[in-house]
Amino acid sequence: MNYFAGMIPFFVVLALGGAFLVSLAGRRLKIFPDIAGLLTTFSLLLLSVLAVIAVSGGGLLVYSIGAWRPPVGINFVLDGLAAFMLVTVNLIAFLVSLYAVNYMERYTDKWKFYTLFLLMLGGMNGVIITGDMFNLFVYLEIASIASYALVAFGTEKHELEAAFKYAVMSTVGSLFILMGIVFLYSYTSTLNMAHMALVLAQRGTSNILLMVSILFIMGFGLKAALVPFHAWLPDAHPSAPAPISAMLSGVLIKSLGVYALCRVFYNVIGINPALSSVFLVLGTLSMLIGVFLAIGQWDLKRLLAYHSISQIGYVILGLGLGTPLGIVGGLFHLFNHSVFKSLLFLNSGSVEYATGTRDLNKMGGLIKKMPVTGRTNLVASMSIAGIPPFNGFWSKLIIIIAAVQAQEFFYAFWAVLASILTLASFMKVTKYCYFGRLKEKLKGVKEVPVCMKVSMSLLAIICILGGLLILPRGESLFLGKAGYSLLKGTSYGNEVFEEVNK
Amino acid sequence: MSREHEQGMSVIVKTITRLTVGLILLYGIYILVHGHISPGGGFPGGIIIALSFIHLMLAYGKDAALKKLPRYVTSFLEGFGALMFLAIALLGFSGGYFFLNFISKGEPFKLFSAGTILLSNLAISLKVGAGLFAIFVALILFRFDDEGEEE
Repeated sequence: MNYFAGMIPFFVVLALGGAFLVSLAGRRLKIFPDIAGLLTTFSLLLLSVLAVIAVSGGGLLVYSIGAWRPPVGINFVLDGLAAFMLVTVNLIAFLVSLYAVNYMERYTDKWKFYTLFLLMLGGMNGVIITGDMFNLFVYLEIASIASYALVAFGTEKHELEAAFKYAVMSTVGSLFILMGIVFLYSYTSTLNMAHMALVLAQRGTSNILLMVSILFIMGFGLKAALVPFHAWLPDAHPSAPAPISAMLSGVLIKSLGVYALCRVFYNVIGINPALSSVFLVLGTLSMLIGVFLAIGQWDLKRLLAYHSISQIGYVILGLGLGTPLGIVGGLFHLFNHSVFKSLLFLNSGSVEYATGTRDLNKMGGLIKKMPVTGRTNLVASMSIAGIPPFNGFWSKLIIIIAAVQAQEFFYAFWAVLASILTLASFMKVTKYCYFGRLKEKLKGVKEVPVCMKVSMSLLAIICILGGLLILPRGESLFLGKAGYSLLKGTSYGNEVFEEVNK
Repeated sequence: MSREHEQGMSVIVKTITRLTVGLILLYGIYILVHGHISPGGGFPGGIIIALSFIHLMLAYGKDAALKKLPRYVTSFLEGFGALMFLAIALLGFSGGYFFLNFISKGEPFKLFSAGTILLSNLAISLKVGAGLFAIFVALILFRFDDEGEEE
């Protein structure tokens, strides 16, 4: 067994242990929740960097829980894609919890926030590393239920309404997923994903697989907020406190939605041209409808939430192309979007923290009063709009090149158009919020506290340096391995069993 | 809401509750500790134990039940149950694997057998029972708070 394989359960253990320790001790000790949150997320970040190094040889690591080997027991599987997602999730989680140290002073009961936050993080890490279908559903529910409570954290009227809407719609999505798992289980008589892949490869296609595919596209599509299933997102994401908006938009919809979708369709069921074209159509629809809805918004956070839908469209478009370049582009955009969308939400949180409003009409000239927020926002805006040399440009470029190479000129055209519209809407944000004349009311605005500034600056630095990941060294270590995990398709099953029986 | 309801339900209900609530609690404990040899386990056991307290609350009003099981005890037990389950899982590392059943399994179908399963059931029942009771209390108190504001 590889030296790192023994560490795999700690991705879940640390987060859950932190959550319950905070719930026990955090009420009395005022300082404890902050320290526990920061320490947990930082050690998870270190672990995920180690995970990338551990799988850099190209293989995968399997951990059998309780020494029960698959297909009997539950197992954790760490491959290139899982390591890639773990780094994305835990990087954002660490920076967000750094931001929350100061930001969450606005709310009472900070320990409740950290408990729910770490539970959500544990759920997301679990979804990413699990190798068992039903276990995936359980972690997905942990993360989702914690996020319902976090959306309602302010307990104002509109927040409760948004949380209720989110809870109902997301539960329907979960039920679709559960039903898909039930059908798969009845067809294959196993819940282990690797074993399922082997059995499905033997049995060949059947109508029940079509049914399962539709259920999963609806369920995971709802979690990922793809366009016909996106209605909950523009309410839920702006209503949460800013660090949670950043987590939800930055990583939750990706780990529960996009990652699970890819894992199930590429590695278990096996991708086929029909599914690919569904991905392409849904991706393009999300991309365009998201950006068209975003451009008319005057509520800053709501505008950003619509852009999340649009950017997820790019990711799904890249992944749906199915070519190596398209998949790497999609995953690269997934990472980049996590970084710049978290940064944008943290910026909007800082503006709300300082001025008390989210309405773009009531802002103006804030860059003079809040230089760090203003400048980091400029970086993030240029990243999301795809201006070189920021990271968003490179990933969009790769996706568009991949679409052209795959002879999908139609989709490439819409991708370019959506990028231009994104630029337009972020020019609007920048003009109304940060540039222009300083409003009389905002004369007394101060820059936000130090932790928030540090967190935003670090994210902005990653935005600028993120483009370097596409250089050959970074690509082969990080993105290439993740893309390879998807490209190898259903031979995932064989690889897992080879690793177990070694 | 009338004064009578704040104090609980009628004499008939109170008498029946006094007779049955102990039995319900005992049955919950029975389901819990026999989880590994008969149908049942931590989840149903915890639910039934919580139901005995909820039964008390319905019949005698919230004060009587909250005196027996205050809110801070509930939230402590909930967190403690989760941590205990995690600790049992982590102790498996003493044998080299997460969740390993490291205690001797004993003779099958005896009460003290199956290693860590009984302890895990205990942890689950704490978590589930305290959680269910806390949710019920939260719903009750939320309604009372709300009505208090309107007055």
